[in-house]
Amino acid sequence: MSTTTAAANRGRVLGSAAVTWLVLAAALLLWELVAIGADSVYFPRMTDIIATGADVLLSGPAWRLMLGDAVFEIVLPSLATALGAWALSAALGVALGTALGRSSWAMDYCGTLISFLRSVPPVTLMPAFMVMFGIGVQMEIAAIVFSTLWPIVLNTVDGVRSVDQVKIDTARSLGTPRRYWIGMIVLPAAMPKIFAGLRLSLSIAILLMVVAEIVGGSGIGLRISTTQSTVQYTEMWFWVLLLGVLGYALNTALLAVERLVLGWQPARGDDA
Amino acid sequence: MSTMLEVSGLTHQYGQGERAHVAVQDLTFTIEAGQLACIVGPSGCGKSTLLRCISGLIPATGGSVRLHGDEVSGVPDDLAVVFQDYGRSLFPWLTVAKNVEFPLRWQKVSKAERQRRAAEVLESVGLAGVGKKYPWQLSGGMQQRVSIARALVSRPALLLMDEPFASVDAQTRGELEDLTRRVQRDLGSTILLVTHDIDESVYLADRVLVLSKSPAAIVADLAIDLPTERDQIATRESEQFVSLRGEVARLLQSPQVQRTGENAPAETPAATTGTDDTTASDATAASETTAPAEATGAALSDGADTAEAADAAGSPDPTAASRS
Repeated sequence: MSTTTAAANRGRVLGSAAVTWLVLAAALLLWELVAIGADSVYFPRMTDIIATGADVLLSGPAWRLMLGDAVFEIVLPSLATALGAWALSAALGVALGTALGRSSWAMDYCGTLISFLRSVPPVTLMPAFMVMFGIGVQMEIAAIVFSTLWPIVLNTVDGVRSVDQVKIDTARSLGTPRRYWIGMIVLPAAMPKIFAGLRLSLSIAILLMVVAEIVGGSGIGLRISTTQSTVQYTEMWFWVLLLGVLGYALNTALLAVERLVLGWQPARGDDA
Repeated sequence: MSTMLEVSGLTHQYGQGERAHVAVQDLTFTIEAGQLACIVGPSGCGKSTLLRCISGLIPATGGSVRLHGDEVSGVPDDLAVVFQDYGRSLFPWLTVAKNVEFPLRWQKVSKAERQRRAAEVLESVGLAGVGKKYPWQLSGGMQQRVSIARALVSRPALLLMDEPFASVDAQTRGELEDLTRRVQRDLGSTILLVTHDIDESVYLADRVLVLSKSPAAIVADLAIDLPTERDQIATRESEQFVSLRGEVARLLQSPQVQRTGENAPAETPAATTGTDDTTASDATAASETTAPAEATGAALSDGADTAEAADAAGSPDPTAASRS
């Protein structure tokens, strides 16, 4: 929401969105210059990092569009874990949030509990998850679901509760049957808030994916810890940068979906 | 003509005991099928409460409402409401056409039939071709037309309108008034419209019911014998219109309506009939000049109530009060 407006304002002030990319390029260039000046093994040049990245990702045969094994064995499984767990969390969170939000008493009982669970830094629970689920993809999924669930639940509760009284009266006076109520009134009205929760939890999902992988030893997380301990700092930096790129791409994709689903909103700059 | 709506002894009270506020007290009236009746009353007199009771949105605390003979408990299928606040009443996530189709979604109507009827009713309110737009893309007057179309699409026996034109400009208001009369005649609908605007009530209605200040009671029931064909300029200039408007205005200023007990003129009958003593004394404590914006909310304490004023709620002869 605010990103759209911010981007629009910038566009108006400076002429075009290309400026933001120019700033990014300048930052990478600055990195390059500082790295040349520092000449440190811990702080490789940006061009080296990008070249290493290209080697890692584009070392495959032509029939796979040059995509290297790393894409299929590291990047995609990591992404699948993060997105799969996030989607599971979204389904659970919206269902739970709707149930809690619709009930007149449930949040009185569970509100504090949920705030408490949300306040526990999920990273600190990693050892507990390892004991409960063993080391592997199950533990990673559990960690991601646990940390992304609460923002979605709380935003959904908020959205479900904020349905305008006039709309409720209107729907009642039109004789809306109970079975249509949630799908046709409550969820559409709550959708802007739900999406706010989904966006927040998507970035948390990426974060927890890496942490769980570093602890559990798989995917991108494992590559970061391996390259760090084997003094392959250039590749380590590449994986870190890749996470930034992935986070940006996923957020952009979610924004596109949001624009599609919430296209009905008149003023997207306003607080939904 | 058959009776469409029968309201008898309708009473609604918000809250209990000390803090109780009687919004509507012992209202009795009937609306004939095919009639366009306006209820006019001062701000905060309980008009909206009355409408909410009739529409079944809130259960009345006393009395009964019958829609073509059936006791109303819960929202009847055969009734639609147009609210003042079209901006909040329309569903912003649905296009105009989908908003209008909305009440047909759970009826046994095929998708094609649904779309056809929505297009038809949109055309009848003068909105052909805007179905694919979203409500916010339309002007206020057009949005209110959409909600009127939505209310009419399932062909309700009774259409209730709660201050439907209070949020649009004067020009649009006139257009919507004419639209309402035209649609009512074309479809033969029965409409009960609540307003605080005297001119509007006289211009629109076949019949005007004048309500007193809270707790609302009917103080007059006027037949509006203006010609069926009405014109925003000519009708409003006509002697008949001017005299009817004057009559309604005088009624609204009368002590019966204002319920200003202390300075009530002598001609007000002083008999106390059917008055709840506790209610009367509670209300006397409140300031008589308080005029809350809307009586839809929780307990509001407005209008000093006295024995004389409460008499109006009891058993006035409406015709005696109105037609002198």
